[in-house]
Amino acid sequence: MAVCIAVIAKENYPLYIRSVPTQGELKFHYTVHTSLDVVEEKISGVGKALADQRELYLGLLYPTEDYKVYGYVTNSKVKFVIVVDSSNTSLRDNEIRSMFRKLHNSFTDVMCNPFYNPGDPIQSKAFDSIVSTMMVQAC
Amino acid sequence: MADNALFEFLHMEIVAHVYKEQATREDIDKERVTCVSTLELMGFRVGQGLIERFTKDCPTFKDDLDIMKFLCKDLWSTIFKKQIDNLRTNHQGTYVLQDNKFALLTQFSSGKQYLEEAPKYLAFSCGLIRGALSNLGLESVVTAEVSLMPSCKFQVVIQKL
Repeated sequence: MAVCIAVIAKENYPLYIRSVPTQGELKFHYTVHTSLDVVEEKISGVGKALADQRELYLGLLYPTEDYKVYGYVTNSKVKFVIVVDSSNTSLRDNEIRSMFRKLHNSFTDVMCNPFYNPGDPIQSKAFDSIVSTMMVQAC
Repeated sequence: MADNALFEFLHMEIVAHVYKEQATREDIDKERVTCVSTLELMGFRVGQGLIERFTKDCPTFKDDLDIMKFLCKDLWSTIFKKQIDNLRTNHQGTYVLQDNKFALLTQFSSGKQYLEEAPKYLAFSCGLIRGALSNLGLESVVTAEVSLMPSCKFQVVIQKL
């Protein structure tokens, strides 16, 4: 279960960011922002690993004492960042991958919506509900 | 994808509609330019959405040539049920995609008849290519030329910043 989910555009500004409201939102904004550096580093590593077939899933970006941050980048350079609680050790890699897959599918649907202009903040209710199912239930 | 005929008919109607709308206004000189731009912009937005959907399961592309090959093979097969017949490049950002039997032109003629009308029907596809490339991170200028129906050439010039 994620604590914070963010979608960041190609130009590195957030299209959608949502976190569990009980904790300070600013802290999550900051965490997501710093994780962008790590994402950039991983993306630019593509040119060097020539024979490597790059995956879209980037894996664990970096762990802090409270949280772990995972990243995923699409072919259109839109980045998804998921922050999970460190105390929740039962979350396996596969589950994180499936969360990213669901996010990607949902984002593709938003993209194909004719009322959505690429680059605008995401306001789709369908996307919101998919994200809610993945977030920790606020108590 | 559904039967190709559906999209071909829709496309013909879109072109006819855009031109009819424009004809009701006074200025005839600007008519062709604005119609072509409208069609191209439509294609652009569609291209962006399509790419998002089709590259969902592909690994990251290594370089520009890889992207162009994906466009010629996978994207073209999914939309027009065939691949691009010939891809040429000068390795400096210019690519020429040749399709010998372009799906949207096959119903017109197999020679030189209706040649002047052809560019209208290529505007949407140019926009499609430009939108697809833009969403993959490559700004480009796409033009199309047709000398003998139903074969046509799309010229893509990548804008390097």
